[in-house]
Amino acid sequence: MADGQAAGQTILVVGGGISGLTTAVEAAEVGYNVLLVEKSPHFGGRVAQHTKYFPKLCSPTCGLEINYQRIKNNPRIRLMTLAEVEEITGSAGAYTARIRQNPRFVNQKCTACGDCAKACQTEVDNPYNFGMNKIKAIRHDHFMAYPSHYYMDADFAASAEAKKLVEVCPVGAIEPDMKATVTEEKVSSVVWATGWKPYDAEKVLPYGFGRIANVTTNMRFERMADKFGPTGGKLVRPSDGQEAKNIAFIQCAGSRDHNYLPFCSRICCLASMKQATYVREKNPDAKVTIYYIDLRAMDRYEGFQKMVEADSGVQWIKSKPARIDEDPKTGNPVVVGENTLTGVRYEEPYDLVVLATGMEPNSATSAKVPMADARYDEYGFVVSGGGLFSSGCSSQPNDVSGSVQSSTASALRAIQTAVNAKG
Amino acid sequence: MTYDLTFAKEVYENSEEGHWIKMCMQCGVCAGSCPMGFLGAWTHSPRQLFQMVRAGLRDEVLSSTDMWMCTSCYNCIVRCPRNLPITHIIHGLARYASVQGKADPKQSTHHFAKDIFWENIVATGRVGEAALTMKLYFKDGIGEGIKQGLEMKDSALGMLKAKRLKPLPFRGKIKGYPGFKAMLKKAFELENQKEGKA
Repeated sequence: MADGQAAGQTILVVGGGISGLTTAVEAAEVGYNVLLVEKSPHFGGRVAQHTKYFPKLCSPTCGLEINYQRIKNNPRIRLMTLAEVEEITGSAGAYTARIRQNPRFVNQKCTACGDCAKACQTEVDNPYNFGMNKIKAIRHDHFMAYPSHYYMDADFAASAEAKKLVEVCPVGAIEPDMKATVTEEKVSSVVWATGWKPYDAEKVLPYGFGRIANVTTNMRFERMADKFGPTGGKLVRPSDGQEAKNIAFIQCAGSRDHNYLPFCSRICCLASMKQATYVREKNPDAKVTIYYIDLRAMDRYEGFQKMVEADSGVQWIKSKPARIDEDPKTGNPVVVGENTLTGVRYEEPYDLVVLATGMEPNSATSAKVPMADARYDEYGFVVSGGGLFSSGCSSQPNDVSGSVQSSTASALRAIQTAVNAKG
Repeated sequence: MTYDLTFAKEVYENSEEGHWIKMCMQCGVCAGSCPMGFLGAWTHSPRQLFQMVRAGLRDEVLSSTDMWMCTSCYNCIVRCPRNLPITHIIHGLARYASVQGKADPKQSTHHFAKDIFWENIVATGRVGEAALTMKLYFKDGIGEGIKQGLEMKDSALGMLKAKRLKPLPFRGKIKGYPGFKAMLKKAFELENQKEGKA
């Protein structure tokens, strides 16, 4: 246990997904103060968008709920949502972070009763479901969204309708005039856990995502499989809403390719195998085909692969498809390529094609570390150094359990910096 | 089928861009992207040829007609995830096979490149389209040549009208023709040196 003075040090954790949450609770539970900063309105990150975890096929809400409980019970963790770290100056042990608190337009009196959303007429694309359905402009993303307060975007908050909603709220929580504030915080170490985003599948031109209606991505498919998702858990074709009974998964769509992401994201093979189980569970007559360069069931996951391989409804084709065409009559995507085990070229139609897109680190684009001497590897992942530690998918492509391990390690290293800073 | 285990190294060192072959990860994108594949023009896809090189199938690779079917559309280069200059590798293999005397002299692309086109351009320093076309049509005999010529006559007339085809087979040599010949001589010298034939 740290002594009193070292425990007075604060660790800044940036990003409130499974990685940031883990570092925050681990550091706080050994007695350090933690400031956990999340850019979006809720904690939970990518994990909250998943239907099931592999390999246990359990619900992600379970792991999130435990961490939320640990946060709620720990007075050492200070939470900020809708907040962005604009600049970090100083050196290991003595950083100053300038943090911008963007307005939520709903204050903490909100009880999430939902009266405002019922009254609200304006609908927007639901970012939680990648825009596959609409949601009210004043909203609460999903039932696991924490903190459990509604929010609205700045555009809508400026509208006349938002002003009218003030009267609807029974507890006076809606404040369309809320302004951004900027604060400075003294912290001893920084853990960067800003996670990843799905690689933009539209960039993979030969696969036609965005052009061919029935070509989707693995993260969209994950939302589709969720009973709280845009289709209520039905696996359907976006073109006509018909059930998709013959589904192909294409691995390395935009990964391991010098034209796109050059690295392997480590999780997509398992993710597609997991999604194959969704298809087969929901409809035992449905067929799945997985196109792959080579299967990478990392670490201890080979057993999961064996389990999926035992299902005769899942076909495996060793091939990176060359392109996808669209059959204009049926709207079927037609996958074209060469089976590299037989040398036979194929043109196979499917009801739906799912592109297994990889992980692009947010630290490469929208969440760069605002610190003068921050370092990145060639792919944009953050390299730890000084009092800055990268965690989870900010450090390398990781699955959930790998992220949790990496984040626990980051907590320890952040604590060491705090202890040394105290001198 | 004999396996020559020195063949891969031979190709890496002597065939143009051949060293890239070791980088191939056998994903099959080139094969699926090649427009000739779906026409049934080749037996082995670029990916298969590369694997055959690595396996040491010297005779099968060098006497293959597959690499002579390349149309240089560059689809494979654009899509190759590992940045292999596949079109150039294929051309390199074709040339290497020719230099090694393994390529079928009657294979039409080989015959056209090595004899018809080369002779045509060396003679004057420029391409004489009419003579080139005639030689190509008549390469399989007079009957075949007349047949092909008639088939293509509308295209030829169209090209004449659009001034895309010079009607006279002999337009004389380019300016500075002796210099052109000297350059070729030097190039042959260098090439023979490189291939150990000096």
